[in-house]
Amino acid sequence: MDTLYNIGLSFRLAFRNIISSGLRTWLTITTLSLAFVMILFFNSMYTGWEYQGIRDQVNWEFAQGQVIHPDYDKLDPFTIESGHGNYEKDAHLTPVLIRQANIYPDGRMVPILLKGIPADQQIVELPTQLLKESKVNIPALIGLGMAQDNNLKVGDAILMRWKDKNGTFDAQNITIAGIFETNVPTIDAGQIWIDLNRMNQLTGLQQEATYLLADAEYNQTTNASWNYKDKEALLKEFYELIELKRGGSSFLYGILMLIALIAIFDSQVFSVFKRQKEIGTYIALGFTKKRVTFLFTLEGTMYAFIATVVGSIIAIPLLSWLHEVGIPMTSNVDQSRKMGITVGEYIYPLMTPELFTKTVFWVVVLSAVISYLPVRKIAKMNTVDALKGKK
Amino acid sequence: MKKIFTIAFLLIGCTLMAQDPVAMLQKIDENMYSSTKITKSKMIVYGKRKNKEIVMEAYSRGTKDTFSEYLSPAREKGTKMLKLDDKLWIYSPSSDRTIQISGHMLRQSVNGSDMSYEDMMQEKKMVDMYTPTIKGEEQMNGEDCYILQLDAKVDDISYPKVKMWVEKKNYVPMRQDLFAKSGQLLKTINMEDVRPVNGRFYPFKMNYKDVLKDGKGTDFIVIEMQDNVPISDNVFNKANLKK
Repeated sequence: MDTLYNIGLSFRLAFRNIISSGLRTWLTITTLSLAFVMILFFNSMYTGWEYQGIRDQVNWEFAQGQVIHPDYDKLDPFTIESGHGNYEKDAHLTPVLIRQANIYPDGRMVPILLKGIPADQQIVELPTQLLKESKVNIPALIGLGMAQDNNLKVGDAILMRWKDKNGTFDAQNITIAGIFETNVPTIDAGQIWIDLNRMNQLTGLQQEATYLLADAEYNQTTNASWNYKDKEALLKEFYELIELKRGGSSFLYGILMLIALIAIFDSQVFSVFKRQKEIGTYIALGFTKKRVTFLFTLEGTMYAFIATVVGSIIAIPLLSWLHEVGIPMTSNVDQSRKMGITVGEYIYPLMTPELFTKTVFWVVVLSAVISYLPVRKIAKMNTVDALKGKK
Repeated sequence: MKKIFTIAFLLIGCTLMAQDPVAMLQKIDENMYSSTKITKSKMIVYGKRKNKEIVMEAYSRGTKDTFSEYLSPAREKGTKMLKLDDKLWIYSPSSDRTIQISGHMLRQSVNGSDMSYEDMMQEKKMVDMYTPTIKGEEQMNGEDCYILQLDAKVDDISYPKVKMWVEKKNYVPMRQDLFAKSGQLLKTINMEDVRPVNGRFYPFKMNYKDVLKDGKGTDFIVIEMQDNVPISDNVFNKANLKK
């Protein structure tokens, strides 16, 4: 009971001491709370981006996993030519066949990837039912990015040239049956989607695929010689990218945090130096040196407590509002899409309880460590000298 | 009057029938392909803003092996290409590296021209690839020509249908229209300025045009040609690329 009372007393004393320091205290708290808000803001933004990116890539591109032809490597375009083959049919797998082709918008030759997917598929959000409903010779779907790059709109016919399985050129008009809008540029940029059956007829490649999209119930018994990658493996590069970006932005709030911690360190050094008589009085009144050290450490840590409270008052409503309205990415979205990075027009920051707790924990722990370092000196102080205020 | 038309029609028909299209195609092959050839030529690539001229020297052996080196402009000088059977390598002096062109890269254009690397890879004689039919006669690029329709008789061929205008005197193709499987015209090659070289006849000016693209196409002008001259085996060696 005494211990609890003593701790409570120490908290009251520490709070009163730092508040009585006036402007210096509030300056330190402002810097620290700014760092706290920045940490929360950036991390929420990247968490929101990560959440959106995972959802979009799973819904539009990866499904629950992919079974990839052993000769196909998506990072090596040389493998498109040979990286396809016959597959075993499985109710939980949807085939996708990739071939290279060219289209000729406005008299320019544009190399594209021609992708075939069953028109009746429902595993990804591509609006392939439009291919089924269309009555034209070769209906095709393209993404908004591809449509904008090549000035194409629904109903436009454009000449496409490709090679069949024997390497013989063929060329016919395709008609744009639909334009889809997605945040996943890797299914949009330079790509044209057609019905797999039609693609089989055009290329002569029957029951062949480059990769197979798996649903959640696929149990890896069929197509065992192909490489199965679950969605986590497929998202690995995206996770790495987010971590990289997160690391990059930590520099900014790291600097702010450093300034705040230096301010705390400075306050603590100043306190130990200037408040020797006070330290001596505490000891004379019966405080142990350990308790005085604790009190001074608590004073330093109190900055972090107050800063997290002030920071939370700013950050929680701000991030909740941004979570609703989103942060516009218009200036970066085109560039990011050209680089194949999944990013939406708006990023909706997502502050999870884990992120909040972790941030509070680290800000408080770091402040406590920094506060403790200068006050270790108290333990070595001579009580009489301290009372006399001798340096 | 009716009789005159009938006689004229029969005469034309008989003349065309008298020509064996396969023999004609063989003659074209014999005329165009020699055992060895050294050619200095200029490629003019017509661009939207400016034209590009590349001078090169090429050594060829039969239909399978070719070695060529760019002589100008300074930026391209020293670039070498070696084709052996169905393989193609390019050496770039700026990077001092040799790369093999394969897969989809073969479809890319050669120095922005209307010719693809694949077009350079044609290695079979036409008589082995196509079944010819004579479709008529017409003047083309200033010469009296037979019109041949060539239909592919093998599967692994880039252009399944070719329409060819062949000069009557020396069996030199004066124009070729290359078609896709669907019948869509893809490329045209126009030949002019036929000159004798060591008993054979070659067009000294050719224009390659990808008809699906805008522009004037690419001219290929022969500056000098030597036919049936000895060429060392060392020329057709990968080691020669870095020399």
